[in-house]
Amino acid sequence: MKYLDDFRDPEKARRLVGAIEATFASIGRATGAPVKIMEVCGGHTHAIFRYGIEEILPAGLELVHGPGCPVCVLPRGRIDDCLAIAARPGVIFTTFGDAMRVPGSSKSLLGAKADGADVRMVYSPMDALALARESPERDVVFFAIGFETTMPSTALAILAADAEGIENFSVFCNHVTIVPTIKAMLDSPDLRLDGFLGPGHVAMVVGARPFQFVSTDYHRPLVIAGFEPLDVLQSLKMVLEQIKEERHVVENQYARAAPDAGNAEAIRAIAAVFELRPYFEWRGLGSIDHSGVRLRRAFARFDAEERFAVKHATIADPLSCQCGEVLKGVIKPRQCKVFGTACTPEVPLGALMVSSEGACAAYYRYSARGRASR
Amino acid sequence: MKVTLAHGGGGKAMKDFVDDVFVRAFAEGGPLDALEDQARIALEPLLARGDRLAFTTDSFVVDPLFFPGGDIGKLAVCGTINDLAVGGAVPLYLSCAAIIEEGTPIDLVRRVARSIAETAREAGVRVVTGDTKVVGRGACDKLFLTTTGVGVIPRGVELSIRAARPGDAVLVSGVLGDHGAAILAARGDLRLEGRLESDCAALHDLVATLLVAAPGTRTLRDPTRGGVATVLNEIAEAADVSILIDDTAIPLRREVVGFCEVLGLEPLYLANEGKLVAVVPAAESAAALAAMRAHPLGRDAAIIGEVRAEHPGRVTMRTFTGGTRIVDMLVGEQLPRIC
Repeated sequence: MKYLDDFRDPEKARRLVGAIEATFASIGRATGAPVKIMEVCGGHTHAIFRYGIEEILPAGLELVHGPGCPVCVLPRGRIDDCLAIAARPGVIFTTFGDAMRVPGSSKSLLGAKADGADVRMVYSPMDALALARESPERDVVFFAIGFETTMPSTALAILAADAEGIENFSVFCNHVTIVPTIKAMLDSPDLRLDGFLGPGHVAMVVGARPFQFVSTDYHRPLVIAGFEPLDVLQSLKMVLEQIKEERHVVENQYARAAPDAGNAEAIRAIAAVFELRPYFEWRGLGSIDHSGVRLRRAFARFDAEERFAVKHATIADPLSCQCGEVLKGVIKPRQCKVFGTACTPEVPLGALMVSSEGACAAYYRYSARGRASR
Repeated sequence: MKVTLAHGGGGKAMKDFVDDVFVRAFAEGGPLDALEDQARIALEPLLARGDRLAFTTDSFVVDPLFFPGGDIGKLAVCGTINDLAVGGAVPLYLSCAAIIEEGTPIDLVRRVARSIAETAREAGVRVVTGDTKVVGRGACDKLFLTTTGVGVIPRGVELSIRAARPGDAVLVSGVLGDHGAAILAARGDLRLEGRLESDCAALHDLVATLLVAAPGTRTLRDPTRGGVATVLNEIAEAADVSILIDDTAIPLRREVVGFCEVLGLEPLYLANEGKLVAVVPAAESAAALAAMRAHPLGRDAAIIGEVRAEHPGRVTMRTFTGGTRIVDMLVGEQLPRIC
């Protein structure tokens, strides 16, 4: 816990904010246009709001809250698929807590649980596998979501189930991969970003190398960042220094946890179990090529899509919903037409209002600026 | 031996069961011994203690029934005592109703009954009436308890959720979130380990001590479900004020902070079962803090914030970075973040 205290030292925070102000001032944007830095990962979004970081940054330095909240980018149709699986007789449907409240077209998994479906919250796919071992007469399905951060644990659960010959366990795979997603954001014509805070947790798994294209192909700085508030501040300072010095390289602020080479064992497990899907649908962003993974055919018997003949329902987001523009940083949450009116954390219309990592929910919940527009 | 439907059937099996498990635990030669259909309480001694009755009820459905730091019986007694205490009342009498699931071990019910009796005895309150029902398997989860409490509010004690005024200090009586964290950790499905213990305790003595030291105390609340964040929002709303709290002043046990970090929970929203939130005029805040800290249940008390006038209804937190953020009511249950 000494560790936590070190990362929450007010004096260090003040010094970093001072350094950010000085660096930002010396960038001297002639046009007066804001400097926009995107934090890709929802964990960063959460830390930024929880510690009031936006408020202490100099005016003209804007944070754009990116697509890295796995719950927020789940399309409605996928939740409907979950509901259909959970409604099958004999199924125990297991999920991370966050995903329980995401609205499908008629209800959420929390609603399905209230209606009698056996939906249970777990903290890891290994817990779901343990449940399958304990309940051989039931069909245990794990709703696998998340970026490379959560992929290894799903892969290891499947490898364990395979080795043990467990028949009543399957995975509804909705894992997504970060690189094509960042590429899609950078290719978007309405986006103008000056730099990135890179996703520290993903980098713990895949390392720093997969992010090189941001520097080589798009000439933008990217700093892989940790999740403590001081990590976020220091990483912002590092991005600004690169902008000031007109550099654009991949730097690693989170090297204490994320080695540049990543975690070889985790990478092996991912490669053994998953293959890229040709495309995957994202809420608010539409379909992005090669942005999702599915189980390799060798593990088809653990694939809930096969086992339950999942329909892949496609349901358009409500027209009034502007999650996509918020995700791309084109508008701020409070500029969305339905923010705080038709769309609130109590009754979320768009996914960004659901998870505490969603930019809209964070704005609504934590930010006085979000609140002022209510 | 397990509880069967016969134990709730109204016949001899039920009488023997109730006598054996409950009456024996609660009997002290007082009103319950009469075994009438109601407890009879003389009015005159009550009038000597104050000028208003306080009357409250609460149900307890905690899972697991036994957890580090307490059990459902202790919780049911302390919870109702605390609801009386935060109104300034001296708690005197409790009722206790049990709904038992068929198949629950009798020994388990007996342990809970003993815990109820022991907690009540220590707190100086009497369980004077009760009821037992047995329901079929699956109709409830092992054992549910409902306790109702009666107390007397001394003349001149006027605590109200609407009484907070700008300039007042906001205090908590100790480290936050212990009960919520202990219960979550005790549920097997988390498979986490740590030294987390419920803070379950009866607060009426601490309240009495506080009211002597700070007679101008405006508002008291025990931050159970929804935690301190929810109580502060309720106060801000009811009193039409805002509350600014200081992140670095909030007392938290390191184990609870670590537990919350791992699961992506917020300690301010975790339940407490032995803590007070107090709003006290600034002039009495030092005396209130000293009195709390001198009491065994208030050793870690702290002033965590102040009441303000601007933006009524809003609770804000200043974080260690110097930034501020809103502390909102929780929507539904706290769901752990995944990464």
